[in-house]
Amino acid sequence: MITIVDYGVGNLFSLRSSFGSLGERARVSGDPEEILNAEKIILPGVGAFGDAAEKLRSIGMDQALLAAARKGTPLLGICLGMQLLFDRSFEYGEHAGLGLIPGNVRPIADVIPSGLKIPHIGWNALRFHGPACPLFRDVREGECVYFVHSFYAAAHDPFVTATAEYGADLTAAVRRDNVFGCQFHPEKSGGVGLRILKAFCEM
Amino acid sequence: MITKRIIPCLDVRDGRVVKGVNFQGLADVNSPVELAKYYSDNGADELVFYDITASAEGRALFTDILTETASQVFIPLTVGGGINTVDDFDRVLKCGADKVSVNSGAIRHPDLVREAARKYGDQCVVLSADVKRVDGVFHVFAKGGREDTGMEAIGWIRRCVDMGAGEIVVNSIDTDGVKNGFDLEMLAAVCDAVSVPVIASGGAGNARHFVDLFRALPKVDAGLAASIFHFGEVRIPDLKKELAENGIIVRR
Repeated sequence: MITIVDYGVGNLFSLRSSFGSLGERARVSGDPEEILNAEKIILPGVGAFGDAAEKLRSIGMDQALLAAARKGTPLLGICLGMQLLFDRSFEYGEHAGLGLIPGNVRPIADVIPSGLKIPHIGWNALRFHGPACPLFRDVREGECVYFVHSFYAAAHDPFVTATAEYGADLTAAVRRDNVFGCQFHPEKSGGVGLRILKAFCEM
Repeated sequence: MITKRIIPCLDVRDGRVVKGVNFQGLADVNSPVELAKYYSDNGADELVFYDITASAEGRALFTDILTETASQVFIPLTVGGGINTVDDFDRVLKCGADKVSVNSGAIRHPDLVREAARKYGDQCVVLSADVKRVDGVFHVFAKGGREDTGMEAIGWIRRCVDMGAGEIVVNSIDTDGVKNGFDLEMLAAVCDAVSVPVIASGGAGNARHFVDLFRALPKVDAGLAASIFHFGEVRIPDLKKELAENGIIVRR
């Protein structure tokens, strides 16, 4: 059973539906107690980092996520949910994240040549890094996934499992032990995305 | 590198897909859910659903169909038609839409773009502009291309981007349905004016027209079409093969 964290940020319709189409049971929960006891956790998110981090804290969800991650529960952050796993973000000010993966979230504009459009929106190819990540068990390098983001996670090399080239190598996926993150939207990445979610379900 | 997107557009009325030629003479084509699944399985990068229903029953039917589609199709879904308020954004986003396209609603209340962008983010707000030459000047048309607003189009598009539109669909009424190629002159003018993604619409008759589009205007991000896909005149896998053979990066 997958538990999708509901903290009032973003649309959970497609995420729920994609697990449904995989025949996996998924529930949505905003209760920190349920997150603490979940088998597997998805941390979604769309919007601004500061607001989202504040909402997590205001319902005590940050502590539940940290405790769940500490005891080894597989946790997958998606898009802003991935960025929230990091130490801090410089999106409109400076905001603390969960600190589960070392690194900071910065504007894409800082690292790509001017003239490239922001947000980085559309389908881009995955390039794998480091040891094979179990999330990509059924994905070939070069397959495309769907991105929509204006900020990127400047992560330390050992934690980066995939990048996408957009004027610079942008972090596409990260892993630290049982904590995983995808900058792209697997629930919007067609068959490739469903294979990634399936791999997470079967960990 | 980011790939060029190919986007089939489904006009939906009373639960069925229709497509007009020059916005008139609609003909029933297929079931929206089945067509959406077919396109998703065959390499479409994104889908656009336009609700062209006027009645309340039709609107309810549309959101049912949207929900059914979004629970079976896992590629980005843009919804337009009858979007006049932030509540309309809410209505379709709850049914599984990822982006919402505004047209006449934004012409009537330009603040809609700003309000929606503030609430849902720029990436969620797509401006769809129906544009036609009037005495050599690009004019924005409202009401499905039937009414000249008198507004100069490039200024209008730029204003909407300033207010938070994250993507622009440029639909040339002059080339729509003619199948003689995209309106490269109009698209070039828009690409020069804005820095957000531009989606070309109106005029595609064959795969070569997409090659010409992306070659002539590298700043165009996507090509949108309807009937040539619905009637099988252009198959998306064949189109992508031709694009790739011509050095254009696509998802395959």
